[in-house]
Amino acid sequence: MRSLWARARSRLGPELSRDIALVCLADGIVGVSFGAITVSVGLPIWLPMLLSVVVFAGASQFLFVAIIAAGGSPIAAFAAGLLVNARHLPFALSIGEVIGHGWLRRLVGSQLIIDESTAFALAQHEPARRRAAFWGCGVSLFVCWNIGVIAGAFGGTVVKDTNAFGMDAAFPAVLLALVMPSLKDRTTRFAALVGAVIAVAATPLLPSGLPVLLSLAALPLVLIGLSRRRRTAYDEPSRDAGDYVIEEVGRVAERTAGDGDHDDGPAGTGDTAGSVLP
Amino acid sequence: MTQIVVWGVLLGVGTFGFRIAGVGLKSRLTLSERTSLLLTAASVILLVALVVTATVFDAGGFAGWARPAGVAVGGVLAWRKAPFVVVVLAAAAVAAGLRLLGVS
Repeated sequence: MRSLWARARSRLGPELSRDIALVCLADGIVGVSFGAITVSVGLPIWLPMLLSVVVFAGASQFLFVAIIAAGGSPIAAFAAGLLVNARHLPFALSIGEVIGHGWLRRLVGSQLIIDESTAFALAQHEPARRRAAFWGCGVSLFVCWNIGVIAGAFGGTVVKDTNAFGMDAAFPAVLLALVMPSLKDRTTRFAALVGAVIAVAATPLLPSGLPVLLSLAALPLVLIGLSRRRRTAYDEPSRDAGDYVIEEVGRVAERTAGDGDHDDGPAGTGDTAGSVLP
Repeated sequence: MTQIVVWGVLLGVGTFGFRIAGVGLKSRLTLSERTSLLLTAASVILLVALVVTATVFDAGGFAGWARPAGVAVGGVLAWRKAPFVVVVLAAAAVAAGLRLLGVS
């Protein structure tokens, strides 16, 4: 694990290492609040630690504890958490290859698939950097999250309200900054927009987790876009298609094979050429 | 308590099941470029839906104005290609600042 880490770090470079460190800090603070809240509702001190190692998915852990604290049954808490975590299957399907080969790598790497590590991997262009970003982010977050949770469980109510620090806004901002380069692709952007509208509309009606999954109903839009691209850019030698000018937000009507010049995504996140063409 | 621990561990097992199933499937299938593009797009769609719902809602209800304001500032900065650190810190600072001013 140590050599893995050293290798990952050297491949990450200073910028990406710094970005990951920042996310670690933010998630560590949220971990402190998870530990503190869990203990404050009367659950044993080791429970948040156990959950953080075996589940390792923040939102579902908070939900699990919240349902039990509200007097719900553990089975209901389990079901709700599992629903929230179902998105890890499509995440794993899209970035699975960054984990590498060998059963140990697969086992450890699978556990490290979370929102942040997926987003960091997706934001990278080359396979080697993707791998480094995934492992670097996954391992560091696992460590920081668990340290935070332990600190919170023991430290009690010191940092219970992380909203006061704006940590609740930091999490979506992290993911948004990381997916931004992928949204340069017009089709992906439109599908994501439609998906988000679906998820927002469904949230008041459905249990948590389900609305986010429902956003995948917008996926066929990508298929339509891809077939149009294929028609217009069939025999292009380099599939660097998909760098579009950003101001086209919302206009989807026609899909053209934009293969304009590359420009960089948000600094430190790398460029992902449209919908991430490796 | 035993119940809580058992179902908590099962949540971990189930979540791990989702993760390893995806990884295993991916390694076993030879996917066309089109399919991998589609899978990548699926993750992007999920992440954006997650961003938006986590921005607007808190436990099923409206999260208040401070959080969306912070995320919006972060989003504009990210779009304007500000460094990642600036994006994240600005989002947190705006949300925290607004709360300090009494905007919830």
